[in-house]
Amino acid sequence: MRTFPSPEVLRRLPAGAADGAIVLGTLVLLAVVAQVGAGAFEQFQPPAVVPRIDLDPRNLPYYAARSTLRMFIALAFSTLFTLIYGYVAAKSRWAERILIPLLDILQSVPVLGFLSITVTGFIALFPGSLLGLEAASIFAIFTSQVWNMTFSFYQSLRTLPQELVEAATLYRLSGWQRFTQLELPAAMVGLIWNAMMSFGGGWFFVAASEAISVLNQEYTLPGLGSYVEAAIQAEDLPKLGWAILTMAVVILLVDQLFWRPLVAWSDKFRLEQSAGAAVPESWLYDLLTTARIPRLIGRGFSPLAEGVDRLLAYLTRPRWGDPLSPEAERRRERLLTRLSWLAIGGLGVWLVYFVSTTVGFGEVMLVFGLGILTLLRVSVLLALATVVWTPIGVAIGFNPRLAKLLQPVVQFLAAFPANFLFPFATLLFIRAQISIEWGSILLMSLGAQWYILFNSIAGAQSIPTDLREMAMNLGLQGWKLWQKLIIPGIFPAWVTGGITASGGAWNASIVSEIVTWGATTLKATGLGTYIAEATAGGDWPRITLGIGMMSLFVVGINRLFWRRLYQLAEEKYHL
Amino acid sequence: MSSATSPVLIKVENVYKRFPLPEGKGEFTVLSQIDLEVRAGEVLALLGRSGSGKSTLLRIMAGLIPPSQGQVWSNGRPLRGPNPDVAMVFQSFALLPWLTVQENVELGLKAQGIPREIRRQKALKAIDLVGLDGFENAYPKELSGGMKQRVGFARAFVLEPKVLFMDEPFSALDVLTAENLRGEIDELWNTHAFPSQSILIVTHNIEEAVFLADRVVILGSKPGRIRGEVKIDLPRPHERTDPRFKSLVDYIYEIMTNPEIPVTSEVAVPRAPSPYALPLPHARVGGISGLLELIVEWPQARVEIAELAERLQLAVDDLLPILDAAVLLGFAEVTGRVVQLTEIGQDFANTTILRSKDLFRQQLLARVPVFRSILQTLEEKNSRSMRADFFLDLWDEHFPHEEAERQFATAIDWGRYAELFEYDASEDRLYLPEPSESSSAQ
Repeated sequence: MRTFPSPEVLRRLPAGAADGAIVLGTLVLLAVVAQVGAGAFEQFQPPAVVPRIDLDPRNLPYYAARSTLRMFIALAFSTLFTLIYGYVAAKSRWAERILIPLLDILQSVPVLGFLSITVTGFIALFPGSLLGLEAASIFAIFTSQVWNMTFSFYQSLRTLPQELVEAATLYRLSGWQRFTQLELPAAMVGLIWNAMMSFGGGWFFVAASEAISVLNQEYTLPGLGSYVEAAIQAEDLPKLGWAILTMAVVILLVDQLFWRPLVAWSDKFRLEQSAGAAVPESWLYDLLTTARIPRLIGRGFSPLAEGVDRLLAYLTRPRWGDPLSPEAERRRERLLTRLSWLAIGGLGVWLVYFVSTTVGFGEVMLVFGLGILTLLRVSVLLALATVVWTPIGVAIGFNPRLAKLLQPVVQFLAAFPANFLFPFATLLFIRAQISIEWGSILLMSLGAQWYILFNSIAGAQSIPTDLREMAMNLGLQGWKLWQKLIIPGIFPAWVTGGITASGGAWNASIVSEIVTWGATTLKATGLGTYIAEATAGGDWPRITLGIGMMSLFVVGINRLFWRRLYQLAEEKYHL
Repeated sequence: MSSATSPVLIKVENVYKRFPLPEGKGEFTVLSQIDLEVRAGEVLALLGRSGSGKSTLLRIMAGLIPPSQGQVWSNGRPLRGPNPDVAMVFQSFALLPWLTVQENVELGLKAQGIPREIRRQKALKAIDLVGLDGFENAYPKELSGGMKQRVGFARAFVLEPKVLFMDEPFSALDVLTAENLRGEIDELWNTHAFPSQSILIVTHNIEEAVFLADRVVILGSKPGRIRGEVKIDLPRPHERTDPRFKSLVDYIYEIMTNPEIPVTSEVAVPRAPSPYALPLPHARVGGISGLLELIVEWPQARVEIAELAERLQLAVDDLLPILDAAVLLGFAEVTGRVVQLTEIGQDFANTTILRSKDLFRQQLLARVPVFRSILQTLEEKNSRSMRADFFLDLWDEHFPHEEAERQFATAIDWGRYAELFEYDASEDRLYLPEPSESSSAQ
């Protein structure tokens, strides 16, 4: 891919010009952040003083900046959480036994269901300021990003190359040195990739969390999401178009100015030691490496950095004690397992008590039935997306030039918040008299299907060329080719895509089973609607029941279905 | 060179290592009853096939994994945690790809909290020692496999460990690169430029072990245990062309392919094959030269053996020893059923008697080791002579007595013709010829 300006041009560019560009860019960035960030401290005295959304498209850059700032603050928190949680889970065996299953469950809890709980809590934390709402929105984005990143980091720490770990141990690296020289760099590529993907998914939640009604109250934060919400209320299609355009521009800008330079930089942390085939490029990264100012600043700080480094290294110097005897370790582990079962059991008993004393078991059965309906929708969606997108994905994946061209497009589509498109679909349903019972499947798929598509592309690309040549040589064609080569070849990638798509669809059900256009509201029967309505009404027992039920469904399906497929993929179809 | 009196740097005492089997199905013993010492000034090789636990043993000695039972002592102290007297070179280099060559080399020093300037100087010196100067700022992925392992060596050298551990350091390299690097490491050791007092190398490559080590400890499999050790009593550097090198390799190969053979010690190692073991074909010089003169008459000096036998009215069995002798001396070559004279053979058949004696002597000394050995024995004696029994006894070690006498007779016949030595049958002694006579050979 060509980047502009090309690195050759930059190299000819005197370093002074690059430095100028960087100084200017930094100043602009600081000014924008200061300007936009100040908005977060606006007065907020509900119900009298509530920020209003001005539908004039000229306000869109400001709203977009507010939403983007939220995204980055959430990303910073996600990174911090990831480093701490992942590190502790990977370092301590007993912490691992609690933290990892917990992470598994947290990942399955529908983020949007959280909102009602968190908004109330955060508003109480920051009375009289928009900060509470800000924090709640950021928290929603955070919960949508963080689990993936944490898992990736934990996995990287657990799968460090054995010899590197041994070298670090033998050369007596301190805890700090080990973390900065070995563990963090080794995890960097996976961490940045996952952060980028989660960040893309986060736009969906920024849009959903800026304008929500919780506990019979309408809460609105200035941002792109609430702009869309307001446009829907006003039934204003052109304004929606402007919002979508703005969103697209923001996604592209963030990609060019943030993720691409990061990915290009992180390439040096790749563990395969041979020179990589395709080195990621970024014009901004080239600019930064050409300029002298960053290097000068770096050199200026290096004595300080060295000092801090040595201090931290000294504080975390390795200590070697006698390890626990295997017997003691086993006892400790048994105790821990029992404790965690006790905690889970206690929580279960409390839940049953809470639900039975408030809504009754009849309601539980009803909600279970609603869950089955939503499950059906998710399954139909997955089946349809597979049938439609897998052949297309394989066709793209087998054609390297096409893949190179289309992969960024597909990634863009996956990052684009599907809820920006909901109003158009809703309008279509209303005009064409399509039942939302079926239509909601389309809405859910607007966001979820792309995971199937780009994992199919990746899967097809991972099939070795010699296997494809062999199949051609044997004259395998049509269904036989799919049966013998393509399906087994893309299976692991498809499973990954399926898990992600299914998780996304469950989450999306909360906003896609119930949609509005102006005064019209379309409602499908399902668990998503149930949670959305309970949240809007501030009905705590029903919120708890709905979220609990959805988590149960997601965890159950992950355990019974996806995990088995995953194991099959690992054991049998691993290429 | 080390000896039994050199200080012991690392001592392994009755070490066992067991790993639990998955799902609690008992334990799996990887190492059993290991006793081992690494002394100052020696290169010790741990040689074993896969599954012999050699790498596990190395890691226990490095303090990277604890033994299940037994004790490792390093420099007189019981080992707890990573061994401070050891630096290690890894099979797959274990370089951090995000650090430059210099940063990789400095890593261990940084961990010791050594100031930047001293770190830099030491690292540059080590990089220089392994021949990588000019690559200080390169990243590992820009280097070839051989150069990466040089960085691995520099990173270990810079710490100046008491013992340098190598875990199959050359096995990830292609054959030529490995050969080259191994030679350089050996040279560093031989010239006393090596920055550690001892080397412990783990390998499955027998030649590598014999080439580098003073002592080869052979590990058996299932469970891993020490079968014994072989002393490599060759002068350094260990020359591959030395016949004893080859016999040591052959001996260790035999031990390793036969788990039941006990490794006795150096006594069991056969010396290089004795020159007296090579049988001489029973052919008189007259027979050989007659045959050559006959064959040279055929076009291009080549003829089918059957045709030759018919012409001579000899049974093929009688012809063969003469042919064998001609081949042994390099006068003829046999391919399939055809015999062909070499250039020297044709020269020998066509030339004068004096010149033919010179040719014969030249070929004997070059191609039949027993004559060089006899000559050497005679030259070492002040009397320039030796009893015939002495030589006969040497043949007796390899042949039944009757055959030994025939070997002796053939050797006398050939040696007399070549004027290498004289034989006095009445005194039963071999003599070197008078200097005036041998001068014609110069």
